[in-house]
Amino acid sequence: MAAAIVFASLFFLMPIYVMLVTGLKSADNVSLSTMWQLPSPITGGAFLEAWDRLASSMRNSFIVTIPATALSCMIGSINGYLLSKWRFRFSNVVFIAIVFGMFIPFQSVLIPLIKTLQFLGLYGSLLGLILVHTIYGMAVTTLIFRNFYVNIPNELIDAGRVDGAGVLGIFRHIVLPISIPAFVVGAIFQFTGIWNDFLFGLVVTPDPRVQPVMIALNNLSSTFSVAWNVLMAGALVAALPTAILYLVLGRYFISGLTAGSVKG
Amino acid sequence: MSESTAVFKRLRLRERSIAPVALVPSVLVFGLFVYGFIAATGLVSLSNWNTAKIDLSLASNPLGSYEELLGSYRFQCDLRNTFVFTILLLIGTILLGLALAILLETAVRGRRRTVFRQLFLFPYSLSFIVTGVAWRWIFNPETGINLLINATGVNHVLAVAGIGPLQPGWLTDPQVVLPVNNALASVFPPLAAIQTQLGIPVALIPVTIASMWQLGGFAMAMFLAGLSTIPEEVREAARIDGATEAQIYRRIVLPMLRPIMVSIIIIVGASSLKIFDLIVGMSGVGPGFATDVPGLFVYDMAFGAQRYNLGAAASLVMLLLVTVVVLPYLARSLRNE
Repeated sequence: MAAAIVFASLFFLMPIYVMLVTGLKSADNVSLSTMWQLPSPITGGAFLEAWDRLASSMRNSFIVTIPATALSCMIGSINGYLLSKWRFRFSNVVFIAIVFGMFIPFQSVLIPLIKTLQFLGLYGSLLGLILVHTIYGMAVTTLIFRNFYVNIPNELIDAGRVDGAGVLGIFRHIVLPISIPAFVVGAIFQFTGIWNDFLFGLVVTPDPRVQPVMIALNNLSSTFSVAWNVLMAGALVAALPTAILYLVLGRYFISGLTAGSVKG
Repeated sequence: MSESTAVFKRLRLRERSIAPVALVPSVLVFGLFVYGFIAATGLVSLSNWNTAKIDLSLASNPLGSYEELLGSYRFQCDLRNTFVFTILLLIGTILLGLALAILLETAVRGRRRTVFRQLFLFPYSLSFIVTGVAWRWIFNPETGINLLINATGVNHVLAVAGIGPLQPGWLTDPQVVLPVNNALASVFPPLAAIQTQLGIPVALIPVTIASMWQLGGFAMAMFLAGLSTIPEEVREAARIDGATEAQIYRRIVLPMLRPIMVSIIIIVGASSLKIFDLIVGMSGVGPGFATDVPGLFVYDMAFGAQRYNLGAAASLVMLLLVTVVVLPYLARSLRNE
């Protein structure tokens, strides 16, 4: 049993070890035959160069990820509330139609999406990318919030009626204040998903100056002049924001996984 | 209490009409961006649009793009790769996730369990591009895994035995093993027309391992959540009846994990059918399209070659594959309500 755990840990640590060790080597210290060896001496040069090449695209990623995360969570919480506490005749059909949007391959909407963004004057801009992530992110946030609100007792909603509050008043004064756990889960899910997005960034923002970091990282890896140490350092730099989020809020990450799966 | 509930129920009935109205903006925008756009992609797939200039006129043979697609050598490889990759990944992820979950549940306690769980789930928070970059180097035939194979000394033994060294080409290997073309043709002769070699492309194996690294922890976390819902009394009762631990897992625990397993199959299956980022980051189309997938085909056709109608048709084939996997599951959860 102990051997199995050690073996599994080695498997999971191996790529992280490779990225770290290679990223800390100098260019002339990187060679095919010494891939597994520790760097000697340890140098931070590759990280500096990677940061130099990725900093502006990291900034773009933050500019897109933060508002799109906030917006899609807010929309998801309203939708989830309406679909769980104010059911109407076709509310389940609407819910399933929204959740299905989470699974579609986005390739099947890209051509009309690009034409629509061009029509709106948003093609190639970070604002366009925010819009795209907000809209398609709505599916998973609606699911997360709806699954959260289903477990809130209806009596709480009824109590709100004492003050004569309406549907949206109850949401604002009663439901929203107790939604913080769902917001944390939704925000982690969305931040990670949008930060790690590749397809939308690739297609919506072709201009290198407005590209998100994952596209910049991929460009780095297909540039032959870039050495492996810089590429590995770059992969770690690009992964840092979601990795920190995971290390700090990992507990919520796990509840997000189960909240993000459709329950019967 | 019950009387006031009845009053509120009546009041809520009046308020009820507000809910659908408040949902209208979301439903309209989402409906347009998902279902409207899918319909538009459908139109593009039937059109003449295959240059930079937009042209939505219906093609003289409206299904021409689909015929071209299914006859295309590259797309046939892509469909083969998608099926093989999805099956391999599902088996690999479920076995790895289940093994990790049972391992953590039986052999590790307290804080250390949390540490290992966090370690195994960590790759799930990473981008497929990061995963692809790291594993591409690990599976570089000149270094990485092959250095480790050399270090075991197995190649010395092989050399003494007069056999060539064990040095897999990994992502650069164009071979397709376990071909089934002849078997298929003997069952159904028209299938002999398929030019593509049907089997397991060797280059897909490293891609599968990289994806297992990324998704194994996800399956583990799902299984752990499922295991925690099984009451200890159930296992205790079986133990009193004289069942061994292995029997308890096979007869009691695994059947109770079935709903979790279905969720994992749907989520991992849907994402592997539309895999794109990992392939771009790790291998590209591969030797002889050994690691090419429909997602990449669509991108190359629509945004590279400007064959919009062909790209649109391929994207709808992708959508169809995902729908076949996901829709029964969603319909079932709708029925259960």
